Amino acid sequence: MAKEDYEIVIGLEVHCELSTKTKIFCSCPTDFGGEPNTHCCPVCMAMPGALPVLNEKVVEYAVKAGLATNCNIEKNSKNDRKNYFYPDNPKSYQISQFDKPLCYDGFVTIETDKGEKQIRIERIHIEEDAGKLNHDDYGRGSFVDLNRAGVPLIEVVSKPDMRSAIEAESYMRKLKSIFEYIGISDCKMQEGSLRADVNVSVRKKGTEQLGTRTEMKNMNSFRSIVRAINYEAERQIEIIENGGDITQETLRWDDISGKTFSMRDKEDAEDYRYFPEPDLVSIKLSDTYIENIKGNLPELPESRKKRYLEEFGLTEKAANFVTSSKYYSNLFEEAIEICHNPKTVGNLLMSDIARILNEREEEPEDLKFTGKELGELVILIDQGTISSAIAKKVLEELFNEVKMPSDIIQEKGWIQISDEGAIKEIVVKILEANPQSIIDFKAGKSKALGFLVGQAMKETKGKANPQMLNKLFLEELKK
Amino acid sequence: MELYEYTVHELVKKLENGEVTSTDITKSYLDRIKEKDPQVKAYVSVLEEKALAKAKQVDDNRKAGTPVSQFAGIPIGIKDNMCMTGIRTTCSSKMLENFIAPYDATVIEKFNKEDMVYLGKLNMDEFAMGSSTEYSAFFKTANPWDLSRVPGGSSGGSAAAVAAEMAPWALGSDTGGSIRQPASLCGVVGLKPTYGLVSRYGLVAFASSLDQIGPITKDVTDAAMLLNLIAGHDNKDATSINIEKKDYTQSLINNVKGMKIGLPKEYLGEGINEEVKQAILDVAKKYEELGATVEECSLDVGKYATAVYYIIACAEASSNLGRFDGIRYGYRTEKFNDLRDIYKNSRSEGFGPEVKRRIILGTYVLSSGYYDAYYKKAQKVRTVIKNAYDTLFEKYDILLTPTSPTTAFKMGEKSNNPLEMYLADIYTVPVNIGGLPGMSIPCALDSKGMPIGFQLIGKAFDETTIFKAAYTYEQNTNFRENKPTFKGGEK
Amino acid sequence: MAISKEEIIHIAKLACLNLSEEEIEQYTKDMQEILEFANRINQVNTEGMDETIGANRKDNVFRKDEVIPFANREILLQNAPSQDEGMFSIPKVIH
Repeated sequence: MAKEDYEIVIGLEVHCELSTKTKIFCSCPTDFGGEPNTHCCPVCMAMPGALPVLNEKVVEYAVKAGLATNCNIEKNSKNDRKNYFYPDNPKSYQISQFDKPLCYDGFVTIETDKGEKQIRIERIHIEEDAGKLNHDDYGRGSFVDLNRAGVPLIEVVSKPDMRSAIEAESYMRKLKSIFEYIGISDCKMQEGSLRADVNVSVRKKGTEQLGTRTEMKNMNSFRSIVRAINYEAERQIEIIENGGDITQETLRWDDISGKTFSMRDKEDAEDYRYFPEPDLVSIKLSDTYIENIKGNLPELPESRKKRYLEEFGLTEKAANFVTSSKYYSNLFEEAIEICHNPKTVGNLLMSDIARILNEREEEPEDLKFTGKELGELVILIDQGTISSAIAKKVLEELFNEVKMPSDIIQEKGWIQISDEGAIKEIVVKILEANPQSIIDFKAGKSKALGFLVGQAMKETKGKANPQMLNKLFLEELKK
Repeated sequence: MELYEYTVHELVKKLENGEVTSTDITKSYLDRIKEKDPQVKAYVSVLEEKALAKAKQVDDNRKAGTPVSQFAGIPIGIKDNMCMTGIRTTCSSKMLENFIAPYDATVIEKFNKEDMVYLGKLNMDEFAMGSSTEYSAFFKTANPWDLSRVPGGSSGGSAAAVAAEMAPWALGSDTGGSIRQPASLCGVVGLKPTYGLVSRYGLVAFASSLDQIGPITKDVTDAAMLLNLIAGHDNKDATSINIEKKDYTQSLINNVKGMKIGLPKEYLGEGINEEVKQAILDVAKKYEELGATVEECSLDVGKYATAVYYIIACAEASSNLGRFDGIRYGYRTEKFNDLRDIYKNSRSEGFGPEVKRRIILGTYVLSSGYYDAYYKKAQKVRTVIKNAYDTLFEKYDILLTPTSPTTAFKMGEKSNNPLEMYLADIYTVPVNIGGLPGMSIPCALDSKGMPIGFQLIGKAFDETTIFKAAYTYEQNTNFRENKPTFKGGEK
Repeated sequence: MAISKEEIIHIAKLACLNLSEEEIEQYTKDMQEILEFANRINQVNTEGMDETIGANRKDNVFRKDEVIPFANREILLQNAPSQDEGMFSIPKVIH
């Protein structure tokens, strides 16, 4: 059988660090960075006798996440202990949730080439992050830093509803976008505040039964998720095609070699001995509490998209793009407040801004300029002060240093020449230097006009108003 | 009369009227410790220098006319499972033999605010697991009434120190009887408060849903005063209850007229020593004489409490003791090549046999395939037991039972038979299962001269009724005329 | 229900304990005895009973999301059997 005869089945467990000020069970700061073991106290360092107390914001943020992903909210929830020994797990149990997650049975909608698709969410629960193990290259050993231990996480468990790496990426991007919109996480993948355990299996198309899955833990870039899924699916298909069986196991994805590796067999069979955390009390959420959070949720991407289509007449493609990130969408709204030209702002975002981000390998949240700059840029275009060619150059500048576009073009001398007298002088000069083009034009070779305009642009370093150039060349040529 | 012979409420008066200084009192206890502790071995650490420095500071303040708190300069002994910044906190375990606590338990913070004087840290069964203090990794503590016998446990050091007058009062902790049983065996007063009344923050956890800190004192008045000091809501302990603070000394009323006392018949049945049984019946008679009504009642499900207790307590303990892994603090093995060795060897060498036994039991009842049959079932039976108590308290104000089925047993008598040791707690364990308050009050000596205690069990957060009943008994009897004899030292 | 030595070995592994032959022997016997005693809970009818979780029936205890830094880092590290540049050091962990 060929690769095309197989279907990939993907489920994601997405871990997202919540952007609370303090850890989930103690009052230590959650700030990223810091000298090792400086954001710690007896509680997160698991000193004997220290006790956890749940951060109220963690519950609120998790409920927000649940409501924004169409989940039911568990009104009678609790925390449980998950017991296992590992140096980044200082209590030797992680406080998590077992049978009563705060949120359950939700979904998000993603765009696929076959249209919209719902990816079901099984549950969202709260838990604490682990510490960090540092390894040195000299073989001296490993070193435990507990600054991250106790940072609050939500774990979002999807159903195995994704059928391609692209769908998995879209789903993860969608979650990222939603969590950014509702402000519960900064979702910085490079800092590990958004990461996923990816479960992959394959089955022959048309069959119902799920194949044996493998799991790749702690994936923290879209690119590696896509590569890892594709690699792993191919590996599994090859094994099956050769008559082998897939072993259910945890794999490690190596980004450099582009391969998955079997993790060292864990010595013990895993038995986490979950039981209700006796140091904490149950979490009972009232309807009022839930309704209150629901009422205060910010506008979500779906609703914004609808508005952009209806109020601003954006194309479906542009509306999808602009709402794909809170950062785009907010930039868009700020800019059109100033310039009242949604279409141009949308186009700049979708084409030039996205392109430059991509070249710089940055994400929308890395954008430094605001709607103030972008709005003025569009006004300058609309007024004819600069050409779209200059606009691209101004944008490049904005990525390097945030300044008002009017100041940039002043400094760089990029103001478009729209003075008819000045342009006429240039037109005459170019025509004098290119008599052959005049002959060609008169002989019906319309390309000659383009050549002349190009020459004029070169002469003015792109600053001449192109419409005016066209108009004046035609006037002179027709004389 | 020596200063160490007084109760705390007497010492407080002497300090207030300037009759004695804190240094006088502290020295009297330190001398007493020097005299008696070589035999009794109640203290893991004696904090002589710190104690004298603190006493002097309080005396200076008093002399200078600086206002001081009521208990400023009063000495106290602390069970060695409560954290005190900069002080060794060992839990009588090799695992924590050199552990210096980096923070103060909430109860210690409260004492610090009072400027109280710490005499030292008291011996216990390792990680509070035991009923005789024989499971201390360091040494066995003796019963001051007969040095060849155990003081009970796990707060054996605390009870023995108070009985031997090596501390005017002490803190213990009680998970299944660890305050009340040693108090009973040593002839002192011991109170396990309602679960949630005293903060557990800084108490090295044995079983989170059962542990409570409480007073061990010479008399009921001191117990009320010490409870006043330690009770109260703490936002560092999510299980601590936020209720209005009471002054328990207000409950020291010599009157039980009209009080309805239930006497559960199961507690006087099989397994009880005849002399203990007779003593309890005498207490019941005394209460009737004093105007209370005593009625036999039934707490049939009580007989399941010990089983429920060992399942739940060990399950929680197996998880709570996971943090002792040889990485951040505590004992680390010298025999290791890799991380796995550090874990396994540190834990195997650092924990004693009883602690390991309970970790194994607790791990077993939580492990896959057994969770429902043991842990979950035990949690349900726990609800049944709680409900049975609720029903009894619809009818009675308080319950009267023995504290321990026997008086102090000989060292070595039970230490090799875990199940038999577990049954030493059959009368105290159900109280922890119900989260209720229970107090042991000394009432008699048996024919061997060993103390017998009775237990009063109250409704949740109704320590008040217990104090009233206990105080009335104490005021109308004279157990405190008996003093430990320190016999049996010559082996 | 008999408990096997193999089960005790498995449980010891979960609990990160190394047991000697004698200890395995002893604990197998002890567990047998204790669990036989514990099995009496099955005589109690618990139909329709909730599990007791925590000794008191309270709920919703939360902390405000306000930073209170712990001042003394040194004191948190002072008990470490082995440390390096402010971190707890352990033998190399192989991924």
